[in-house]
Amino acid sequence: MIRFHNVSKTINQVQVIKGLDLQIREGELFVLIGPSGCGKTTTMKMINRLVEPSSGTIEINGEDISKKDPVQLRRNIGYVIQQIALFPHMTIGQNVSIVPKLKNVPSQECERRVDELLDLVGLDPKKFKDRYPSELSGGQQQRVGVIRAMAADPPIILMDEPFSALDPITREQLQDEFVRLQKAIKKTIVFVTHDMDEALKIADRICLMKDGSIVQIDKPAQLLQNPAGEFVIEFIGPKRLQKHLREYNTSQPPGEIGPLQTGTSKSGGVR
Amino acid sequence: MSELIAFVQERYSDIFTVIWQHLYISAIAVIAGFIVSVPLGIVLTRTKKVSQFVIGIVNVIQTIPSLALLGFMIPLIGIGTFPAIVALFLYSILPMLQNTYTGIREVDPAMKEAARGMGMTDLQILLKVEVPLAISVIMGGFRTATIYTISWATLASLIGGGGLGYLVFTGLTINNESMLLIGAISAALLAALADILTRKIQSICTPRGLRK
Repeated sequence: MIRFHNVSKTINQVQVIKGLDLQIREGELFVLIGPSGCGKTTTMKMINRLVEPSSGTIEINGEDISKKDPVQLRRNIGYVIQQIALFPHMTIGQNVSIVPKLKNVPSQECERRVDELLDLVGLDPKKFKDRYPSELSGGQQQRVGVIRAMAADPPIILMDEPFSALDPITREQLQDEFVRLQKAIKKTIVFVTHDMDEALKIADRICLMKDGSIVQIDKPAQLLQNPAGEFVIEFIGPKRLQKHLREYNTSQPPGEIGPLQTGTSKSGGVR
Repeated sequence: MSELIAFVQERYSDIFTVIWQHLYISAIAVIAGFIVSVPLGIVLTRTKKVSQFVIGIVNVIQTIPSLALLGFMIPLIGIGTFPAIVALFLYSILPMLQNTYTGIREVDPAMKEAARGMGMTDLQILLKVEVPLAISVIMGGFRTATIYTISWATLASLIGGGGLGYLVFTGLTINNESMLLIGAISAALLAALADILTRKIQSICTPRGLRK
């Protein structure tokens, strides 16, 4: 479990994160979303200490991460970024086995792990292991990016807009695969995106941020039913809200759906 | 033409001696330059302020006309092979320093962030990511430096450093065209060979995934 206690971050006298309190549960897919500059990426990067908070503490399973060695901390947290950033001078196999090798996992074990992971995302190990990133399509590359983050079997994975550089069709495909994958692996995933459709599709819980503060944390369905204020409605977009509620209506028994209006959510995620 | 051939037949052992001299003063200068400038270039990428200062100084050295730089060597360290090597070494630094600095600086920040985020130490990021991604640019600097040094080394004979310049300048002085031509042609051939060889080295050093 990841817990933020009153975390703030000031960069050049501008407070970009304002006293954040946040709990991310074990095994959940937690999506941070919001307009550009809302602090979602900064929030995520504080978990693996690529960004250090100016004040406040962050705990993972009750341990204050500022007291841990950042290098060791990062080796136990998977990291996927938008630019994919597979190392072009390494083969796919070498890319995937970077973190296990950093952790001195024996190379036979690494090999086995690489094969297993490539299989998991539908890339034939025999065919792909010795290829270079430039020989793969964007979608294949980001599949590799995702399994590279999983290679050392970290309990937590951070993902920074991992699918946003892909074309729409590939993106949809990867999202579907990703949801399926998460059902199997049950990692704690912190996922940053600016795409509400993506968030609604994959999230267990969504945290909507604005100007360095949390506006609402809720399950996708609740976010749609009980948006906490004008900003939430505006960010989701009235059209999308109607569309999703209709879909939700048809898949759920009637009566349980609240009217579309501003209000506080029952799960108490409103700040 | 027949005079040329006659000259070669008559003096081939002398010709080989000066070619050998030329090669080794160039090689020592470039290798020493490489050993100094690559680590220095890497260190400079970590400190922006110092880097401007150091690259400024090296740039100034580069603007000193080569003949003048060789001239400076005489009162400082005398005449002969060693001062010639020192002067050539100073010249060879800039292209390699600049390429190392630029090559490392221009590694995609996303690569470095991914490496850091995966838990590499600073040294691991340097050795496993930055250097492999910049090596082709660094070796490009090595190539430029080698070719320049071989052509500048022709001037080394002016301060008693030997090399093919000896044939060129002596040929000029005693009005022996064959001698002059043999010196000039050999120097040009050496530079061309160095170009081919260093190009090869550059491509061997480039990691497979980055070759085009």
